[in-house]
Amino acid sequence: MKSIRNHLSLVIALLSILFSMQIFIIVDRSIDAYKENLANNYAVVIVSQKRLSDEVVLGINKLIASSGELTADSVIERLNSGMDKKNIEFLKLTLPKFYKLKLDHYPTPQEVITLKKDLLKNSSITKIEDFSHNHDTTYKLLLLFKGVVSVFALSIFVVTTLLIFKELRIWQFKHSERMSIMGLFGAPVWLRSAVLFRLSIVDAFIASIFAFGLFSYIATNAWILKQFESIDISVVIFNPIDDFVLLLGVAISLSILLASFIVLGHKEEV
Amino acid sequence: MDKVIMAQNLTLAYSNNETIINQINFSVDSGSFVFITGASGSGKSTLLKSIFGALKPKQGSLIVGGVELKGVSSSKLNFLRRHIGIVFQDYKLVKEWSIEKNIMLPLIINGYDKSVTQNQVETLLKHVRLKHQAGKYPLELSGGEQQRVAMARALAHNPILILADEPTGNLDDYSSQLIWNLLEGANSQLKTTVIVVTHHIPESLGVEYKHFHIEYGSIHEVN
Ligand SMILES: Nc1ncnc2c1ncn2[C@@H]1O[C@H](COP(=O)(O)OP(=O)(O)OP(=O)(O)O)[C@@H](O)[C@H]1O
Ligand SMILES: [Mg+2]
Repeated sequence: MKSIRNHLSLVIALLSILFSMQIFIIVDRSIDAYKENLANNYAVVIVSQKRLSDEVVLGINKLIASSGELTADSVIERLNSGMDKKNIEFLKLTLPKFYKLKLDHYPTPQEVITLKKDLLKNSSITKIEDFSHNHDTTYKLLLLFKGVVSVFALSIFVVTTLLIFKELRIWQFKHSERMSIMGLFGAPVWLRSAVLFRLSIVDAFIASIFAFGLFSYIATNAWILKQFESIDISVVIFNPIDDFVLLLGVAISLSILLASFIVLGHKEEV
Repeated sequence: MDKVIMAQNLTLAYSNNETIINQINFSVDSGSFVFITGASGSGKSTLLKSIFGALKPKQGSLIVGGVELKGVSSSKLNFLRRHIGIVFQDYKLVKEWSIEKNIMLPLIINGYDKSVTQNQVETLLKHVRLKHQAGKYPLELSGGEQQRVAMARALAHNPILILADEPTGNLDDYSSQLIWNLLEGANSQLKTTVIVVTHHIPESLGVEYKHFHIEYGSIHEVN
C-alpha cells in the first residue's frame, strides 16, 4: 500500500506533463489541418483588361498555385433579357477578364500585401479582390488560440515541475539513509542509486502507459471525432507509435533527470 | 608483523573545528584483537569513523589496509570499505529492507552470487539466533535483536577488518556471549582483525588482545 503511494506522486506529476504536452500537439496539428483547409477554400479574384496566360499569372508570385478564368457567360446571361445577339457579342469583347487564383498555402497578412503589390505591377490588372478582412480575423484568431493553448500547456509544465521538486525533497530524505548505509559498505555510486533509477524509470513507464490508454481512448471517442468532423478537418489525435515513443522519451528523461538531482544532492553524513 | 592500521600524528576534528583526537600515534597488527575504551564523548566512535574513511584526518597520516586515507579518492575508499565490516553504535540498518536483505548487503556489494549469499545469510541468522525473524523489518525487532542483525551484517563478507562500536551495548549476558564468541571465532579462525569499542571488556575471552584507552584526545595502551 505504501509503495503504491510512493509511485503515485511521481506518476501523477509525469502524467499531467504528458497530458499537457499531447494536448499541445493535438492543437498544433488541428491548426495546421485547419490552415490547409482554409488555403483550399481561399482564393484571390483579379480583374484584367487583357487575357492573361497561366505562365504569366504563375510568374507573378510564388504563392500562386493555379489560376482559372471565370467565364463571363453566367454574368451576361443574367443581363440577357431583351438584348440582341450583336450587342451581347460586343459586350463580351469589352468586358474585362476575371481570374480566380488559388494559393499554395494559407497566407499571412504580410504575404497578402506583397501578393497584391506584385499583381498590380502588371499594368493590365485593374482590380484585386482578396477578402483580406475576413482572412485577417480568422488568421489572428487561430494564432490567438494557439497562443492560449501554449501558455496553458507551459503553465501546467511549470506548476508540475515545481510540485516534482517539492516531492524531490521527500525522496531525497527517504533514499538518503539507504544510500549512505550502502556507501559505508563500499557500494559505488551507481549501485547506491540503482534502486532510485529503477523506481523512476518504472514510474515513467507507468505514466506513459496511462497516457497511452487515455489518448487511445480519446482518439477513438465518437463524440470527439464528430467535433473534428464538424469543422471539416481530419487530425491524427494520437499516433500509437510515434507519439507514444515521444511521450515515453520525455517521461524517462524527466525522471532520470530527477533521480540524478537526488544522487548529486546526496551528501554523506559524518 | 603487518599493520592493518597505522596512525601518525593523527588529528581529528569535525567541521566546527573542535579537536576531538589530538596528534595520536598508534598501530594495529594484522590479525590482532583490540579493545578501545574511554569515557562517553572521549572520541571512540570518532576514531572508528576515521578508520572507515567517513571522517578525513585533519592532520597527520592514517593508513588502513595500505590505503592512505588523507585525500583518498572515493573509488579507493569504496574498495577499502568492501573489506571492512562495521557494527555501528546506532546499528544503521536499512529500514525498508527485511533482516535477511540487510545481512545480504555487503555480499551484494561485493558481487557474490545468489547461492553463496543465501547460504551465508542462513548460517549467520543461525549464529545470531534470529532464524525465525528473517522476514521481519528492523523496526519490528527489539534493540538487542537489531544489534545482532548489525553484527551478522558486519561478518557476512568475511572482511579483513571488523570495527564494532559497543556491539553488546544493548544485550543481556547470554546474547553478549554470543557476540563475543562470533568475534573470537572470526579472529581465531579467519585471522580477521577485530577492533571493539566497549565499556566492559569481557572477563573470559579465548584470544589474546590489546587494550587502548582514549582520554583527553590522546590514546595509550593499557597493560
Ligand atoms: N557529527 C558530529 N559533529 C560534531 N561533533 C561531533 C559529531 N559527532 C560527535 N561529535 C562530538 O565529538 C565528541 C566525541 O564523540 P564520539 O561519538 O566519538 O564519542 P564516544 O567516545 O563514541 O562516546 P560514547 O561512548 O557516548 O559513544 C563528542 O564531544 C561529540 O559531541
Ligand atoms: Mg560512541
